[in-house]
Amino acid sequence: MTAVPAAARRERSEARAAWGFLAPALAAIGLFFAIPLAGALLLSLTDFDIYAVADLGNARFVGLRNYLRLVADPLFWTVLRNTLVFVVLGVPLTLIAALGGALMVHSSLARLPGLYRTVFFAPVVTTLVAVAVVWRYLYHPRFGLINHGLGLVGIGPIDWLGEPGWAMVAITLLAVWRTFGYGLVIFVVGLETVPESLYEAASLDGAGRWQKLRDITLPQLKPTALFVAVLVTVQVFQIFAEPYVMTRGGPLHATTSITLLMYEQGFRWWNMGQAAAIAFVLFALILVTTGLQVALRRWGSGR
Amino acid sequence: MRRTAPVLALNAALAFLALLTVAPILWMVSASLMASGEAASLPLRLLPAAAPSLEHYRVLFARLDFARALGNSLFLAVAITGVSLLANSMAGYAFAKLRFRGRDRLFALLVATLIVPPQVTVLPLFLELRVLGLVNTFTGVIVAGIATVFGIFLVRQFALGIPDDLLDAARIDGASELRIYWTIVLPLLRPILLTLGVFTFLAAWNDFMWPLIVLTDESKYTLPVAVANLSGEHVQDTELMMAAAVVTVAPALLLFLALQRYYVRGILMGGVKG
Repeated sequence: MTAVPAAARRERSEARAAWGFLAPALAAIGLFFAIPLAGALLLSLTDFDIYAVADLGNARFVGLRNYLRLVADPLFWTVLRNTLVFVVLGVPLTLIAALGGALMVHSSLARLPGLYRTVFFAPVVTTLVAVAVVWRYLYHPRFGLINHGLGLVGIGPIDWLGEPGWAMVAITLLAVWRTFGYGLVIFVVGLETVPESLYEAASLDGAGRWQKLRDITLPQLKPTALFVAVLVTVQVFQIFAEPYVMTRGGPLHATTSITLLMYEQGFRWWNMGQAAAIAFVLFALILVTTGLQVALRRWGSGR
Repeated sequence: MRRTAPVLALNAALAFLALLTVAPILWMVSASLMASGEAASLPLRLLPAAAPSLEHYRVLFARLDFARALGNSLFLAVAITGVSLLANSMAGYAFAKLRFRGRDRLFALLVATLIVPPQVTVLPLFLELRVLGLVNTFTGVIVAGIATVFGIFLVRQFALGIPDDLLDAARIDGASELRIYWTIVLPLLRPILLTLGVFTFLAAWNDFMWPLIVLTDESKYTLPVAVANLSGEHVQDTELMMAAAVVTVAPALLLFLALQRYYVRGILMGGVKG
């Protein structure tokens, strides 16, 4: 009978301590994440602009006007299309590079797999702005290494950053270069978890290397592939520094991404209400796309 | 004889791809050591024609005050990492090992917030910092960098592996929770703290958008912002820009190479579970 109060007291003191331990992190999250998050929704429903920055009283509630204005703005649709192009181009390319690289690195024939893994991953930790500056020079029509290399195989000089279409490709390639190592590392782990017994059984049945790849490895990797696809998609949707540094979103907004548009609206023109609406549209897009990817996978495996 | 062809082919392909991957970084270093105008001239050179020149680094540090940007980046990255580690390790441990009402629901709620992209909170957070008088201050940048759930998640996953008996025994001995945390838990958390530390440091070092938005004084710029700024005025000076890029990328790359085991583990832990 006397043990119970003591245990209860210990429980209470443990709970008290727990809240003490949580306090700093929760305070930071509450103050600098939760409050802005709530504010963001509110902000997108007002016409907050430079005048409101000076005096809060200048902001007026305008309901869904910011969102409606976006839908009616051709620039928004251009930017949306640009971002979708980045995603549609960049995500499959990244996946292929990551999976291909992982298969090679993981192969029993490979020497120095650890070294290669490190090399392929290195771009991920480089400072984006710095490498974007480097790549801008690499893309130079006359003095850039890329056109030089293409010239060696007979391909004419491309105005990478000057022509809108090529600029999209240029930015996408940079994004792929910087991201594929991330997927590669995850794929390597995924490859390592495929049970060896499956391959052995297939060998006994006389399966060749490519057959094993197609019938065992790839199906086993589907969950990993989905995971990497979602991660990369979310990242590419948010692309910002690459167009900012390489083309400033030009020529004529041909390479402006949603985040870049949001940045321009919010911090160049101080249309903060509008910018907040753009941010939520981005959020919604990411949610929908992620949901679609997951649903596709469920549907695919249901068969 | 039978197997050498595939082995050669695969490794040659790997070597080629590795070279392609690392080529931009190699060129960046090489160009930074070239004489002025050499990198943007024909015929294209891969290596400096004459002896490598540190002239551009000299200009960066002596004339363009790059040392200050380097110092700013270092200070901010260290500060954010330190505060982050402290707060997240305590919270992660609490979610893993301390018992209190609503613990799992609160944790689920926090994990759910991971889906919100940073763009949503950037603007209102900026306005909030303005109200708090933290615009153009280092505190403002630090504060934005520590409000993440990812660190709590990582630490909790790891801390789940700490044996309960160890902690209960200490409790029965009369030790306070704080003492238990400090003397028993913290040493056990060292691997994950290293992981989270590397992660956070690199993220803070490489962060561009937030310092760009918060800091308006050129003297407070971090390296990424300084590089972007420099590229506006000095875009013609290829070698100088490459030197600036090297200064920015090298510390992060070196840190990663030294501690990559921990960094990769962090990705896998954060990823495989999520």
